[in-house]
Amino acid sequence: MALKNEVQLKVQEIYMAFGGVQALMDVSFEVKKGEIFSIIGPNGAGKTVLLNCINGLYHPQRGQIYFEGKEITRLKPYQRAKMGISRTFQKIELFKGTTVLDNIRLGRHIHLKTGLISGSIYFGKTAREEIEHRDFIEREIIDLLEIEHIRDKIVGMLPYGLQKRVELARALALNPKIILLDEPLAGLNLEEVEDMARFILDINEEERWQATCVLVEHDMGVVMDISHRVMALNFGEKIAEGTPPEVQKNPNVIKAYLGEAEELYVTRR
Amino acid sequence: MSHVAKWEEIEITKDLTIPKLFLRSTKKYWDKKVAMREKEFGIWIPITWKEYYENVKRIALGMTSLGLERGDKVAMIGDNRPGALWAEMAAMCVGSVGVWLFQDSLIDEVQYIIDHSDAKLMVGEGQEEVDKCLMIKDRCPKLQKMVWDDPKGMRGYDDPILISLKEVMKIGEEVDKKEPGLFEDMILKGKGDDICLLFYTSGTSALPKGALLTHYNMLTMGQNLMRVDPYVETDDFVSYLPFAWIGEQMMSISCGIQAGFTLNFPEEPETAQENIREVGPHVMFAPPRVYEQMVRNVQVKYLDASWSKRKAYEFAMKIGYHVADLKFSKKLIPWYWKALNYLAYIGVHKKLKDHLGLSRIRDTYTGGAAMGPDHFRFFHAIGVNLKQIYGQTEIAGISVLHRDDDIKFDTVGKPIPETEVKITPEGEIISKSPSVFQGYHKMPEETTKTLRDGWLHSGDTGFIDTEGHLVVFDRTKDVMTLNDGTKFAPQYLETRLKFSPYIKDVWAIGDNKPYVTSVICIDYGVVGKWAEDRNIAYTSYPELSQMPEVYELVKKEIVKMNKDLPPVAKIKKFVNLYKEFDADDDELTRTRKLRRAFVEDRYKDIVNGLYSNTNNVHMDTTITYEDGRVVHIKTDLRVMEVPQ
Repeated sequence: MALKNEVQLKVQEIYMAFGGVQALMDVSFEVKKGEIFSIIGPNGAGKTVLLNCINGLYHPQRGQIYFEGKEITRLKPYQRAKMGISRTFQKIELFKGTTVLDNIRLGRHIHLKTGLISGSIYFGKTAREEIEHRDFIEREIIDLLEIEHIRDKIVGMLPYGLQKRVELARALALNPKIILLDEPLAGLNLEEVEDMARFILDINEEERWQATCVLVEHDMGVVMDISHRVMALNFGEKIAEGTPPEVQKNPNVIKAYLGEAEELYVTRR
Repeated sequence: MSHVAKWEEIEITKDLTIPKLFLRSTKKYWDKKVAMREKEFGIWIPITWKEYYENVKRIALGMTSLGLERGDKVAMIGDNRPGALWAEMAAMCVGSVGVWLFQDSLIDEVQYIIDHSDAKLMVGEGQEEVDKCLMIKDRCPKLQKMVWDDPKGMRGYDDPILISLKEVMKIGEEVDKKEPGLFEDMILKGKGDDICLLFYTSGTSALPKGALLTHYNMLTMGQNLMRVDPYVETDDFVSYLPFAWIGEQMMSISCGIQAGFTLNFPEEPETAQENIREVGPHVMFAPPRVYEQMVRNVQVKYLDASWSKRKAYEFAMKIGYHVADLKFSKKLIPWYWKALNYLAYIGVHKKLKDHLGLSRIRDTYTGGAAMGPDHFRFFHAIGVNLKQIYGQTEIAGISVLHRDDDIKFDTVGKPIPETEVKITPEGEIISKSPSVFQGYHKMPEETTKTLRDGWLHSGDTGFIDTEGHLVVFDRTKDVMTLNDGTKFAPQYLETRLKFSPYIKDVWAIGDNKPYVTSVICIDYGVVGKWAEDRNIAYTSYPELSQMPEVYELVKKEIVKMNKDLPPVAKIKKFVNLYKEFDADDDELTRTRKLRRAFVEDRYKDIVNGLYSNTNNVHMDTTITYEDGRVVHIKTDLRVMEVPQ
């Protein structure tokens, strides 16, 4: 997709510490609209903390976050969700006892306009609204992610790879402008990794979605293949930012990954 | 049977073609009847005959604008969906010839068939098929255009050989506006003796051969089948088996267009079983593996059920089996057995049938490969009218069939009307009917070998029993000569063993050998579950298959089957293979028949191991994935003896 030069997400010198541990030390970066922006770094570098700050689960002690020009640093997570920021979790956070469809519907909750009373009667406008949402879920999400066969299955009974896909489905139900993906490929087998990478590209490139993706991932092969830009963190500090080849060549990055240096260059092809 | 009256036989002349009949049906039903349904986005979407007609017209006219002419070949590949059937019908309307490929064909197979058939046009489903086309197009210079259907993932493709089905239909619509009546004219030009399908058979030994079938072949076959089992326009049929299999063409095209029943297309291949249950078809035709899978599902659920449910099932099945055996031996069923069977039906069989999607089934057939007697009895025990079909692609699908009141599970029934079946002095099954094919495409020698004086030589060995039923022994070249000189059909052993839920595939060996042995492919899902329940840890198929506990499990199953066999045919040793047999590795045909000559060569180390004094075989080989990746495997396999 043709990148617009418009900044969608701007993170400015955020600082976050848990007691004596400094998780993020004045990290700044900008994500452009329509971009796949990856954040890499060794374990404990602060990648997930950063995503938690962006979607509002954590509030940084210093610094500001802007989304489409508006400051969102102090907003609650649901307010940010309403603005179009959605995310998936590294450890699957689904409702394991309910069906796939119900989990996805829940991601759509924020767009429901009817109240409790009219919802319980299910008549006229309410019924129409519900059918519209179901239509959206079927056409845009279930078809895209190829999960027709598990639509009515209980999430907890599904294999891990499919649960990851449901997690992504729920995040999409929000109809996000930007989607924060926290290690979507962890624990998947080779085929599932390729599927998931394809879905991320679809979400980013299909005209229907054109969602900006912020990707936290350890699978360097995929990161370097699909990202427009990459940022590297180490112990809460930003050590590099640029296109995949630039970051790969950066001496700081190689140093941070010392011992893992070869892995950085391994691609899947 | 009340439905007999509603079926009207049509007159099949040498002038009648499938498109002419299609035209007749569309005029008759127009927007008053649903021609097909497809489940999409979670909803069954009906398509009337009018829409069917309009779509076929647009595609046909669009195809002619792309340069398709009478007699040209159109190759098609992809899952079952309305678009696929429209394209096939459109190609026939133009007067060209349809060539179907299995959707999971590897690049080399696709290239061979596209090139050998001289296909000018290729119609594929989506990105996967487009990728295959782009990889072979330089090696298939006759291929001019590739039409794709599903836009998913297609945004980055701009090769000039590609065109979307939507685009083709748009072009067709404009042609129709300019020249109304052109479509009907094209159809009227067709004659019954024109070739309509070029069908590549999945040879168990050599390269695929392309059988040429005419409209007359296809229509007479459908009619003669329906003279035995009439289908009516209110019937439902689920189209989910590959169109590249003649059995699916026979139902969806030749019978479908004559009976006018509704075709139902599942949402995705993975949802087919669920969708079948939603539809509840009246008619079904599938190869044995589909039924084997159904039985396995029931057996696995049984193993998992509570004590009381297991007892109820055992009791009901005992009754069912008894009644079924009485029916098979054509004995009168006493009233008390009928009463008991009714109770068993209400309590268990009815629910089983519903879960298998067979609650409304009237006629269901198995064909294309051998089915074991145990599977066969199972379906009759739960009250499913399962019948054997025997035929070849070369006779448009079917020549022999069971009759409703005359079912014997060790035979394939009697010839359908207008069909003669004989046995040559050498024991080969030969047949003659109006549906016998016209020859192989570009293979005159093969044609003269198979087609002699109008008789189709099947290459199968068999005999006709005292009641006139045909018994198919096996492929002539597969029949084994045992130690004591008796002839024995390996597929008998194989299908018997496959009744065990733990065993997915079997290869029986014993031709001119001192004793009989077998190579077993365990069912990963079922054995995996079995192992988990017993806290046996494993990480992969190769590891699981070599577990001592799993060997014991398989041994028990073989001992059980050995009991019913003559001493000389009993399996004496076996090996659990480290992988399942796969068509991608050339071990099976695309219709999942074992390619014996090939596996014998590939696994000659295993065969040597089975006939020597070792209990270990070392294997060094490769596995091919669908995308062409090849993985090297080195492993040791245990050889186990079965106590006699």
